[in-house]
Amino acid sequence: MNAAFFIDAIITVVAVTTPILLAATGELVVEKSGVINLGVEGMMLIGAITAFAVAFDFGPDLGDFAPWFAVVCAAAAGAASSMLFGLLVLTLGSNQVATGLALTIFGIGLSSLIGAGYVGMTVPSFDSVFPDWLVADPLGRVLFGYSPLVYFALIMVLAVGWFLNRTRSGLVLRAVGENDLSAHSIGYPVIRIRYAAIAFGGALAGVGGAYFSMVITPMWAQQMTAGRGWIALALVVFAGWRAGRLLAGAYFFGILMTLELYAKASGFSFLPSQFWAAMPYLMAVVVLALMSARNVNRSDAPACLGRPFLPSS
Amino acid sequence: MSLLTRRHFVRTAAVGLAAPALLRGARAAEPLKVGFVYLGAIGDYGWTWSHDQGRKQLVAALKGQVVANYVENVKEDASAIPVMKDLAQQGNKLIFTTSYGYMDQTLEAAKQFPDVKWEHCTGYKRADNVGTYNSRFYQGRAVTGTIAGMMSKTNTIGFVGSFKIPEVVMGVNAFTLAAQAVNPKITTKLVMIDTWFDPAKEAAAAETLANLGCDVIAQHVDSPAVLQVCEKRKIYGFGYGADMSRFAPKAHLTASLDLWGPYYISRAKAVLDGTWKPDDTWWGFKEGILGVAPYSKAVPDNVRAAADKIIADTKAGSYEVFTGPISDQSGKERVPNGERMKDADLLVMDWYVKGVQS
Amino acid sequence: MRIRFEKRLTPSRFMLVATPVASVLLTMLLGAVIFELIGFDGPNAIYQTFITPIVASYKWQDVATKAAPLIIIALGLSLGNQAKIWNIGAEGQYIIGALCGAGVAMAFPNGQSFWIIPLMIAVGIAGGMAWAAIPAFLKTRFRVSEVLSSLMLVYVALQVLNYLIGGPWKDPNGHNFPQTPPFTPAQQLPHTLPGTPFPPGLAVAVLLTIAFWIIMARSVYGFSVRTVGAAPEAARYAGFDASRTVWSTLMISGGMAGLAGILEASSQLGQINLGFPSGYGFTAIIVSFLGRLHPIGVFLAGVILAVTYVGGQVAQTVVHVPEATAGIFQATMLFFILASDILIRYRIRVVREAPVAAAGARAGATA
Repeated sequence: MNAAFFIDAIITVVAVTTPILLAATGELVVEKSGVINLGVEGMMLIGAITAFAVAFDFGPDLGDFAPWFAVVCAAAAGAASSMLFGLLVLTLGSNQVATGLALTIFGIGLSSLIGAGYVGMTVPSFDSVFPDWLVADPLGRVLFGYSPLVYFALIMVLAVGWFLNRTRSGLVLRAVGENDLSAHSIGYPVIRIRYAAIAFGGALAGVGGAYFSMVITPMWAQQMTAGRGWIALALVVFAGWRAGRLLAGAYFFGILMTLELYAKASGFSFLPSQFWAAMPYLMAVVVLALMSARNVNRSDAPACLGRPFLPSS
Repeated sequence: MSLLTRRHFVRTAAVGLAAPALLRGARAAEPLKVGFVYLGAIGDYGWTWSHDQGRKQLVAALKGQVVANYVENVKEDASAIPVMKDLAQQGNKLIFTTSYGYMDQTLEAAKQFPDVKWEHCTGYKRADNVGTYNSRFYQGRAVTGTIAGMMSKTNTIGFVGSFKIPEVVMGVNAFTLAAQAVNPKITTKLVMIDTWFDPAKEAAAAETLANLGCDVIAQHVDSPAVLQVCEKRKIYGFGYGADMSRFAPKAHLTASLDLWGPYYISRAKAVLDGTWKPDDTWWGFKEGILGVAPYSKAVPDNVRAAADKIIADTKAGSYEVFTGPISDQSGKERVPNGERMKDADLLVMDWYVKGVQS
Repeated sequence: MRIRFEKRLTPSRFMLVATPVASVLLTMLLGAVIFELIGFDGPNAIYQTFITPIVASYKWQDVATKAAPLIIIALGLSLGNQAKIWNIGAEGQYIIGALCGAGVAMAFPNGQSFWIIPLMIAVGIAGGMAWAAIPAFLKTRFRVSEVLSSLMLVYVALQVLNYLIGGPWKDPNGHNFPQTPPFTPAQQLPHTLPGTPFPPGLAVAVLLTIAFWIIMARSVYGFSVRTVGAAPEAARYAGFDASRTVWSTLMISGGMAGLAGILEASSQLGQINLGFPSGYGFTAIIVSFLGRLHPIGVFLAGVILAVTYVGGQVAQTVVHVPEATAGIFQATMLFFILASDILIRYRIRVVREAPVAAAGARAGATA
């Protein structure tokens, strides 16, 4: 077990963690504003197929620029699909849980429909953009060997943390999530802020999905996100709706998932593999209970989470 | 007198002989409708693509006598039954259900359509109108295992599988045994991802195997994710079921090919002749439903020769990868020296051979 | 010119019924247009999806088989939804209920007596209730959102399923495939009730629909559930315990899901394998909303959704539309019905003059 072993392991963990981190960061902002969007899985798939389709169709014309453009399109597609959710939930006041589920089902179906023509195709992988000499040795690989999306995810979660906790706008967003009526009476545009949050969440979910079809396995297959969207939702809960804990929690989940594979490959599985697979969800439930047990008067969840905005005036 | 020239005689005789055939043809003008139930999309360049190639060969070989329909992306749950019944309803008289997970559904649909002939792939339940068919995929594993054993420099080869079912276990064991035959130091690291479909997890499993020293990785999963990782990590891999070199031009050494055409043609002919019986068919190289893709440039000549010899000997019957002595992971001898494992034992195989780390 | 939502004095009953119907019709129209644009035979695709399963008698069995579990689960969900308790984990309760029932079957492999099936069903219901009790406990004791906890438990339930059928409960004669031993004939319900194309589950669904209708419309319990959801403060004054409502509605919906699970396993599949989870638990949520949380509506909505499933497959074989389209139709119907929710409590007014104040212009309706 030398340095190379750990470096390889770290790189694998990063690959496993990044898409979940992206989607969860977006959903964190959404939930902080008081809305719960269960459509993450659907938005990720829409992002995945959009990125792949764009990269495949425009790759020859755009060359090196193609993957960047594809990811931007994925973000836009994710945001657009989230706007459908936003319209129903914010303007028409529909039930957030049901609407989010509808978005997931819709996203699965739509991505399969669009993707039907792309099965069996492949595009160049969106890998590290750093020069080869930098990535040559193990240390270089573990620092610079990743797809730009990995760095984007890290920057995003740090930026979101900074935004929520250190800027005035972030404070306003949190206020909207904690007490929308008070925020409204002070004069903040609650609905508009929530729309922006939802769009942001959709965009990041789209990028998270793009990671699947552009980086991990550059191809398209139906439902290729295989439930990562639900893990992202669990992660937001597990992190107690805090950005710092989100980053740590995401990597914790990633390490668990990678550890499961290492254990299998090395010949020991002291607990059935299904136990490991259930771990992220079990832990989310446990954390939920613990959080509420600690805070007798309130849980860490934004107080308005899931409740429609009903100004009396 | 001129009417009795040989040419005239031959022509008349030919017409005379052809007449009954023509009449028969006129009566049996209705082509046989054959249905296919596919698990995935025909464009997947994998399992379903191979079955669809078989379908195309069937239609080409029995042109005019056979018409084929298919349904893609049929899930392996109760919803498959209506699909199968629809195909039967639409007049298909011979229906192939191309995945293990359609077993009970096929039987159920068969009960409701007793005059339709059903063929279930890789299953084991039969009925009066339900037959099963399987391919000796493990023979292909013996070929790729030989190549892996000769080309691995770390003496560690990898295998990514989905579930611990006999077909996968056979594949792992055959792969390992064949590699060990040319390189006794070989160990196989095995990862079962315990899900039918999760390309990202397949990729992570392959990365893990590569991290742990595997330099050749085989797979029994439904996507080319593992091969893509092999390409990225500059190690070798094999396609399974179809030539997957488009996903990994440098890493893809070869692939075992599922060539279902010959089987489909034979079964359609049997239905047309009226000789169809519910059978349990398990064909391999010899019968032509298994093949090997062209070797990539990276495969040296001596390795090619060894691999070709395995294929030839398998067809001749002189080589069988599951020939003793074979011990399991605990060291206990399961197959004595010189003895070949029986088909019945292979079909329920749930133990790995020595050298497999699982 | 602006569009304003003006609150109605009383919720519109017309809209309550018209909106689901309109949602289905609009989905059909939109679907036909979009498929035509993509290059398929749009009208035929819609016809095969929505009409064929209703008019073709050989499809009725498939529709009924699909509708029964959806209706049973959705009835339970609707009760909770009326109290604003969102059980998203019905799929998990469905699985666990079926597993518990199968466990009974395996514990009595030679059971021939008449009681084995009722016992399996009872245990199946209990299993579903037990799995739903976890989110109920977490909500009442720890104020944990039942949405999140029940959802997470679905994925835990899936792993429990995989573990059991691949390990301790694996069929010894199953060629090592992950599945339970098949139920014996004594442990199986018939696929269809004799002489009809309908599965036993449908009879259960009909009976339960009537039962739930009576409970929800005519009992104090039903009234308490509705009040807890609509006016929690008033409910408290009336003495309706919110905690008890959480427990009772979650357990009932969990029990219904477990019932659907064991019925499906016993009458349709005869064993439990990897293909068992069919997503009914999630689709039932759509059914519940499409049916406007009313038992009769839920029954009809269950039939409609079953029609789209079955019809989607017919369309796949006949028109060659991709298999994914059924899901798109279902989601679209749900979108329409959710979007039209607002019309029940608000009416649309087109206002010609400039609005005096921005406040109150956009108000959300409760669902």
